[in-house]
Amino acid sequence: MSLLELLFGKKKTSASVAKERLQIILAHERANLNDNQDNTPSWLPDLQAELLAVIAKYIKIDQDALKVNLEKRDNLELLEINVMLPEKEEE
Amino acid sequence: MTIKHKHEHNKIKQTKIGANMAKSAKVVVVTSGKGGVGKTTTSASFATGLALRGFKTVVIDFDIGLRNLDLIMGCERRVVYDFVNVINGEATLYQAMIKDKSCDNLFLLAAAQTKDKDALTEEGVERVINELKQEFDYIVCDSPAGIEKGAFMALYFADEALVVTNPEVSSVRDSDRILGILASKSKRAVNGEEKVKEHMVVTRYNPERVESGDMLSIDDIKDILRIPVLGVVPESKDVLQASNTGTPAINLHGTNVSEAYIDIVARFLGEDKPMRFTTVEKKGLLKRIFGGN
Repeated sequence: MSLLELLFGKKKTSASVAKERLQIILAHERANLNDNQDNTPSWLPDLQAELLAVIAKYIKIDQDALKVNLEKRDNLELLEINVMLPEKEEE
Repeated sequence: MTIKHKHEHNKIKQTKIGANMAKSAKVVVVTSGKGGVGKTTTSASFATGLALRGFKTVVIDFDIGLRNLDLIMGCERRVVYDFVNVINGEATLYQAMIKDKSCDNLFLLAAAQTKDKDALTEEGVERVINELKQEFDYIVCDSPAGIEKGAFMALYFADEALVVTNPEVSSVRDSDRILGILASKSKRAVNGEEKVKEHMVVTRYNPERVESGDMLSIDDIKDILRIPVLGVVPESKDVLQASNTGTPAINLHGTNVSEAYIDIVARFLGEDKPMRFTTVEKKGLLKRIFGGN
């Protein structure tokens, strides 16, 4: 880059675009990799099993009626717990 | 760090003079994630450089099914038994190791060309590496690309790692991934030992393009990956020349690439060498003001 370009400004170089893009994507990937390779934290299956056990004490539900999901968006983590109650039996 | 390395250097020299004491062998993986960035070129030159400095060195090709280090080192016609043969007990280490044609201290263990990569078992690889540790100062593991079994086995037993990176987005991202795996999945990490010592080797560097803003600079890559740079190998036609003739690039005396690898080996051994091949020769004043090449 010449001095004149430095003084009067010029559009961003492709190398600086590359650096910015890398910094963003790697920050994101490093955050995800801190837990597990497939993005699920190790405690998630345990949580699911224990929740299921507690609910089963009161309601008769299927093993697969409970879904636990952890989602990560930017700087927010969302723990989603979905319980499907059995349909009312006809009397 | 510098001082520690020098100290070890001396220690190894002493054990050589002394009797058959167990050597303090070091396992060094050359890895990158991405393919085609210069892992095998670097493995061949780095291992040759260590051997030329007097260290007994063996370099192992972990790219099962895609053997290539033998070609780069120019001993492809002398491969009889390979790494997998040794793991499976079909040959002894001494039958399988190929002595380099130009350097007495250097040996190659070739990859299997036919077997699949499941042939690399953790127990098998560990047994071979432990046996090599009795005999050698340095065990250089040339990793395949990717993050599958072969790449994992190549880095698992490493004490130090050379992460080969090109100044280019996909290579830098893959290097980051490999650094993550070194920090979490290597034997040292799993056993909670002192972490694998990481070094970056930037290859195919072009200072002119960096200056014109078309290529990530060494500082950019350092900012992103946050590991120390062991050396910079400039983009050069000599690398193809070296592979064409089966000569490790470090042996192409007088070329920039050879000098760059000699520096890399020296720094690895703890010597203080200023970086070279990272800047363009000075331009005239008019060009500096008005730009242009």
